Amino acid sequence: MSVWMLYGAAAIGVFSAGVFGAFGATTHVVRRVLGVNIMGGGVFLLLVASARRAPSAIPDPVPHALVLTGIVISVSATALAMAIARALSVTRERDSPAPPRDEPPR
Amino acid sequence: MSGTTPWISWTILAPLAGATLSVLVARRAVPIAVIASAATIVSVAATVGQVASAGAVSSAAGAWGAPLGITLRADGFGALMLATFGVVGPLVSLQAIGRRGGPRARRFLVLWLFAWASLNALALSADVFNLYVTVELVTLAAVGLIVVERDRRALAAGLRYLLLSLVGSLFYLMGVALLYAATATLDTELLGERVTPEPASWTALALMTAGLCLKAGLCPLHAWVPPAYTSAPPAVSALLSGLIGKAPYVVLVRLWVEVFPGSLGGGAARLLGALGALGIFWGSLLALRARRLKRVLAYSSVAHVGYLFLFFPLGTAGAWAGAAYVAVSHAAASASMFMAVEVVERSVGHDMLDATKGVAHRRPLTFVALGLAGMSLMGLPPSGGFVAKWLLARAALERGEWWWAAVVIAGGLLSAGYVFPILRGAFAPQRRSPELRRAPRHAELVSLSLAVVALALGLIPLRLMALLKLAGRS
Repeated sequence: MSVWMLYGAAAIGVFSAGVFGAFGATTHVVRRVLGVNIMGGGVFLLLVASARRAPSAIPDPVPHALVLTGIVISVSATALAMAIARALSVTRERDSPAPPRDEPPR
Repeated sequence: MSGTTPWISWTILAPLAGATLSVLVARRAVPIAVIASAATIVSVAATVGQVASAGAVSSAAGAWGAPLGITLRADGFGALMLATFGVVGPLVSLQAIGRRGGPRARRFLVLWLFAWASLNALALSADVFNLYVTVELVTLAAVGLIVVERDRRALAAGLRYLLLSLVGSLFYLMGVALLYAATATLDTELLGERVTPEPASWTALALMTAGLCLKAGLCPLHAWVPPAYTSAPPAVSALLSGLIGKAPYVVLVRLWVEVFPGSLGGGAARLLGALGALGIFWGSLLALRARRLKRVLAYSSVAHVGYLFLFFPLGTAGAWAGAAYVAVSHAAASASMFMAVEVVERSVGHDMLDATKGVAHRRPLTFVALGLAGMSLMGLPPSGGFVAKWLLARAALERGEWWWAAVVIAGGLLSAGYVFPILRGAFAPQRRSPELRRAPRHAELVSLSLAVVALALGLIPLRLMALLKLAGRS
């Protein structure tokens, strides 16, 4: 078992923990957002580990570039999710719960 | 492969620059958006023209070649999607320009330009990681569009869509990481040569497919679709259902046709087709039971995603033409219907099914639009929807798999069941003429133009077919 395999297994573990956090028993928004971020961490770990997989002594630079791009996207998405969650809690406090204009229950 | 060409880059740069400038110079946002849209349309037309006359074109962004640089490549399929985004999107965005630049209209235009740049980039990407980035950018712009009016229900629906979409993208990205670890390349063409049938490849394909199906809203992963499409403003729903909903499918097709060419026809492809059939039935049944116009259209979109997935078990060129035609004709028809619902909702004050009662004589343009677009959704000749369903059914019969053709025909009958009540209500006589509020005239015209596009697609299918035949990247 190589070091790469060890990192790969850890990455899959972190990813699965994130899936559990995002879909698990909880419904709290912040926990879901954290779960998604942990999933991202798992993917980034796998990418960084794969950079060292090549037999040569020099690590492959491409996965590092991918991880940097991925981090930028995940920060932006997290910021957007938190901004919407905040706007939602503000409108919930301000408005009295309006009757839903949806279809009547069947 | 031809040399570098500037047009292909401008299809992304023009809307991106327009969006950024309209944020910076908010007072001039509307004129900037109009100029940027015009520039984008010209670039899209030039790119599509190049592909139609000379075959696939490509350009290395910043003159950096693969593997470090990003290659933009327009093949027949990419050009077809570019053209769809470039016709339907600007028409829908006209309704915001007509609103004389209020803050809401400005936000809508900025977010649409960002979405347009991302959609064009997605259609032109030839790299699995770049596809991830563009899919994510499309999602972020789409969420911004859903919550553009800061309505409480829309905020909740937007947040739900964002979180599910992020999970879907990360499944896809995990697949990208596995593929890169196995093959040391991200280019779709090189991947197609290097991917070997081994556990890592199958795991990657499964993860990427599952993530993209969640994002595309394939039944049973469609739960986020109705809340998002019904709580957003109708113009946004038109963009979501018509264009943005097609983005994950474009990536999925690239994956199955270019990266994993040998996998078509396997058990997984039949599973995707079965889920598509399930989506056609389940979406249509829910649309039949829905009592709000927007909800009917949202479930109809779920059903139409199902048609797109019938391509995977068939896998022939004919089925491919059919699925691509479903994507294009549904984009125009669905956007037209949502814009017509906007007019009805503004006129009557709500969008319950009986809102259309007796309105036909007072809003004739809207009801011509509803009729024409409805014809395309039902698949009646000579509309684009008819050509699409006919191509799919013929492809199924050619392979001797009649059950897929039966699904297509049954889906068409079910869609007649939910489109007719909308039209029948409109022409039903009413004792008292209802009090109508003022409705935006330009929304009526937008809806009608889109309906005419949906109809015209049924009259000029051969030209578009010729474009699709260029799908092979050479």
